[in-house]
Amino acid sequence: MQFSPEALIVLAPLVAAAFAGLLQRYIGDKLAMGLTTASVGLSLVLSWPIFIDFVWGEGHERVIELFRFIDVAGFTSIWSVRIDTLSAVMLVVVNTVSFLVHVYSIGYMAEDPHRARFFSYLSFFTFAMLSLVTANDFLQLFFGWEGVGVASYLLIGFWFQKRSANDAAIKAFVTNRVGDFGFALGIMAAFICYGSIQFDAAFEAARAAPDMMIGVGEVRFRAVEVVAFLLFIGAMGKSAQFFLHVWLPDAMEGPTPVSALIHAATMVTAGVFMVCRAGELYEMAPLASGFVTIIGATTALFAATVGLAQNDIKRVVAYSTCSQLGYMFFAAGVGAYNAAMFHLFTHAFFKALLFLGAGSVIHGLHHEQDMRYMGGLRKPMPITWAMMLIGTFALIGFGIPGLGGFAGFYSKDAIIEAAYGSHGIGAQFAFWCGVTAALLTSFYSWRLAFMTFEGRYRPNPHAHHDDHGHDDHHAAPADGSAPAHESPWIMLAPLFVLAAGAIAAGAIFYPYFLGDHAGAFWDRAIPFHEGHHDFPAWVLWAPLIVTVTGFLFAVGFYLWRPGAAKAMAKGPVWAFLYNKWYFDEIYDFIFVKGARALGDLFWKVGDRRLIDGLGPDGVAATSRFFSRNLRKLQTGFVYHYSFIMLIAAVAFGAYAIFAGIGGGQ
Amino acid sequence: MSELAAGWPILSIVTFLPAAGAILILLARMSARGDSPGYDNGVKLLALFFTIATFIVSLFAFAAFDPANPDYQLTETVPWAFGMNYAMGVDTLAMSLVMLTTFLTPLCILASWVIEKQVSSYMVLFLVLETLMIGVFCAQDIILFYVFFEGGLIPMFILIGVWGGERRVYAAFKFFLYTLLGSLLMLVAIVYMIATAGTSNIPALTEYAQDGGFSPEVQIWLWLAFFASFAVKMPMWPVHTWLPDAHVEAPTAASVVLAAILLKMGGYGFLRFSLPMFPDASHVFTPFVFALSVIAIVWASLVAFRQLDMKKLIAYSSVAHMGFVTMGIFTGTIQGVQGAIFQMLSHGIISGALFLCVGVVYDRMHTREIAFYGGLVNRMPVYAAIFLLFTMGNVGLPGTSGFPGEILTMVGAFQVNAWVAAGAALGVIFSAAYALTLYRKVAFGVIENPKLDGIGDLDAREWVTFIPLVIATLVMGLAPSYVLDFTHNSAEAISTAFAGARP
Repeated sequence: MQFSPEALIVLAPLVAAAFAGLLQRYIGDKLAMGLTTASVGLSLVLSWPIFIDFVWGEGHERVIELFRFIDVAGFTSIWSVRIDTLSAVMLVVVNTVSFLVHVYSIGYMAEDPHRARFFSYLSFFTFAMLSLVTANDFLQLFFGWEGVGVASYLLIGFWFQKRSANDAAIKAFVTNRVGDFGFALGIMAAFICYGSIQFDAAFEAARAAPDMMIGVGEVRFRAVEVVAFLLFIGAMGKSAQFFLHVWLPDAMEGPTPVSALIHAATMVTAGVFMVCRAGELYEMAPLASGFVTIIGATTALFAATVGLAQNDIKRVVAYSTCSQLGYMFFAAGVGAYNAAMFHLFTHAFFKALLFLGAGSVIHGLHHEQDMRYMGGLRKPMPITWAMMLIGTFALIGFGIPGLGGFAGFYSKDAIIEAAYGSHGIGAQFAFWCGVTAALLTSFYSWRLAFMTFEGRYRPNPHAHHDDHGHDDHHAAPADGSAPAHESPWIMLAPLFVLAAGAIAAGAIFYPYFLGDHAGAFWDRAIPFHEGHHDFPAWVLWAPLIVTVTGFLFAVGFYLWRPGAAKAMAKGPVWAFLYNKWYFDEIYDFIFVKGARALGDLFWKVGDRRLIDGLGPDGVAATSRFFSRNLRKLQTGFVYHYSFIMLIAAVAFGAYAIFAGIGGGQ
Repeated sequence: MSELAAGWPILSIVTFLPAAGAILILLARMSARGDSPGYDNGVKLLALFFTIATFIVSLFAFAAFDPANPDYQLTETVPWAFGMNYAMGVDTLAMSLVMLTTFLTPLCILASWVIEKQVSSYMVLFLVLETLMIGVFCAQDIILFYVFFEGGLIPMFILIGVWGGERRVYAAFKFFLYTLLGSLLMLVAIVYMIATAGTSNIPALTEYAQDGGFSPEVQIWLWLAFFASFAVKMPMWPVHTWLPDAHVEAPTAASVVLAAILLKMGGYGFLRFSLPMFPDASHVFTPFVFALSVIAIVWASLVAFRQLDMKKLIAYSSVAHMGFVTMGIFTGTIQGVQGAIFQMLSHGIISGALFLCVGVVYDRMHTREIAFYGGLVNRMPVYAAIFLLFTMGNVGLPGTSGFPGEILTMVGAFQVNAWVAAGAALGVIFSAAYALTLYRKVAFGVIENPKLDGIGDLDAREWVTFIPLVIATLVMGLAPSYVLDFTHNSAEAISTAFAGARP
């Protein structure tokens, strides 16, 4: 184990997290915040040159091995820092957003008594995420995977006095565990089939035996399909895909910077990263890839429909994240791993921007999150408004084909085109889901923007005044603008950086992720196919057309005829969407109540009546008889009893020891 | 250090040093007239001194031990009655369990500082118990093993029956009868084996068995007889119901020893006897054991989810975790056996620590009812942090010692039967549900029970008790290779013996 800057990138946040967490009482909040922020800043400074080297320089793939984690008869995991194009992309995404979120939180959490703990968790999360993306084998990936899971659990439940926050934290952890169930089995299957859990070795073994079968008895499947399918179950959990998406909206109980970092830009994209990392397996597994495509496309559309009807500003953005992750997955499913990664890259900027912007709004409005009680915020919060506008343009992927546009334009359009051009299972379905979801995305994004910033301020009639003494703000100005204040500079500065990314990241990096230099850029990090460039014009223009359509609908409903929106919100379709297709109710009934009923059955009927009833309680009658006698032992008898036992044991031991000195071997 | 140990019967010293401490306490007790103030504290200090000394001596044994050598080491043989020998010796499996025992017992003594009733008897019993537990792992003669194995029942029976809670007598008898009935069958099998093989020496018996001394038909009966004893000890489903009752009634330190070490004797027995001596029968019964293991994992996890008593919940989670151990053992693969050994060591630390966590609040509030608590993090932040760490260990989070054992046993199982691994993996989901729910109910939220207003955080003694466990959990979780490399030879030998009989 020798020093290397790559290892420092991963370990610096861990060291800072440990200091801030363990010594918070002694070093104080300021030092804890400074230390953690600086450590992530260090990682940031070290990771950008690596990325730039891959983009414009001679970046070369390398693996720095640190120590043996587990090594049992071929099941070997070496703790490593793997640097290639894929991990370099993730390094800059994670460190950039994490650093900005650290800085932003200094302002956002300024009044929280547990700031040191908060920053410790943030840095710990960063460490876990970095170890995930730099893994060289499945087990280290899993280590990071669970590490970010526990960080997410701790941060969602950060305000531990709130019952809803605690429940959301447990829901997130347990739902992710359902995914991990598949992921862990996928790792085992990969080990059994390919004899290794190191990425390169496993992929090579898979290539060497593409038609290997696995199964029990008569039930046999192609090994690579099984491995790819099981791994994707893990990705569904972590990246909140259809069926396992239920935890992500609830995760908004955590402080908003957490939502930006973990539940938008980094952790939830780990599933996409993993599918790309194991892209070589998915290349060989058309069925599993088809499953990825269909789940991704379904999520993209489903989450967008739910996003239409939410009133909580963070939940709208959360469903939007869920939907955008769906885009990334169906891109990977149709084999456009580079498009998936590019969307991951650009999405990190504009989604973090939107979340932090939403945080700024919430901060400005004294923790009001319900958009029905916003409006008129453009005037008091002009900078936040401008930043949110940039984020919105990037999210809806605004741009003119052939000319250029915001970051999301390059990545999202590439995904939609890739789906159109693919012959994979579910690709055409994904194309139409993608286009439809783009329409809905535009609508809910503008709905959010209009309800928040435009119109007249609508005060919350049920507002519970918190005791921070902000009463002066609650008197609404006469011109209809909201009684809010712009956020401090320490919160706005990170927004500027992210906004720059949301504007320009697409245009700058398009040639490398997707365009002419893509082959050289990706090298062997992911399977790369030269894309088509001869799509019909309507395919190229469809995203722009639906985006503008969505915008016009939003203008109609929320600017010109606000009454229409209110009328719409009374219909049954709206209720269905507002209640998230009733997933929570169904899951609660089947899984939560089911587990309780089964647990009670096993306990009260199984253990008590059957096992104890037939077994020891027959003997219990006897024991009651004995118990009368045992009570006597409690006085002095116990002491006699143990004494006799002891004499025997000791005499025996003494004999052994004395004899043993002579006869010992 | 290894030179120091040479020529000394160091295993016997490790084994009987606690008993020597017990004698000293008894002598002191006899010479004392009446109860002088401070007397009880002296007894506690004496017990602490002897258990720490035992740990230190065991470190010498550890240093003298060569993990690269697959043979039994530090052996001692003294002729004894009836042609049998007093024989001691350890391989890497036994050595690791001895270290676990000597490491945990001083912490148990510390946790027993709150005992006020008949302190000297309590400490005497505890020290005797330690001698018997270490003896189980060191014995190289099967009769000697049996004496230690059964002897351990008696002090535990008394500890529960006298210092236990309200239903202590019921629990003590349930514990005693269950485990004794299982063991009697084992005794019959042992007598038969000695008579057939003409030796009671465990290595010699193993050799005899592996040369085909016991026919496959005989193996079936012997295997079942041993299984009856070890399955109860583990405990496996459906003979697990004594464990929750025993835990609930036992004083804290007895719970720790019960969960951390006594349960490990079942796993040790499977690894020492069932697999190497009756490999053919083990193959026959593999599907049976797998079925019981997976049922135990799912059943106990779901039952744990519904418990209202903290100790009962942890006891049921122990049953589930032991399911991973039996599953791993009977895969007969290196990963499975290594995972099982690791899981035994890790469970010793984590479940022990969890029972200590319950003890901390029980000592303050005298109830284990989950609903009584809530919001403890507000008044006990350090306690909450430590409790969270062990909760995560219980959940099998990577980075804690709970993870490598679970994943390795499942990797082993997957090679034999993927559905078994999938069934066990369900436990990974359930454990998160019950452990985190328990934590939320106890630690998070606001304090609503006014009785908790004055509850204080860990005191110095509790700090000292927990810190070694915290370190052990993290070190074993972050660098499991140290342990896995150490136990490699035993696992390989067991796996080879088992594979040799593969039909």
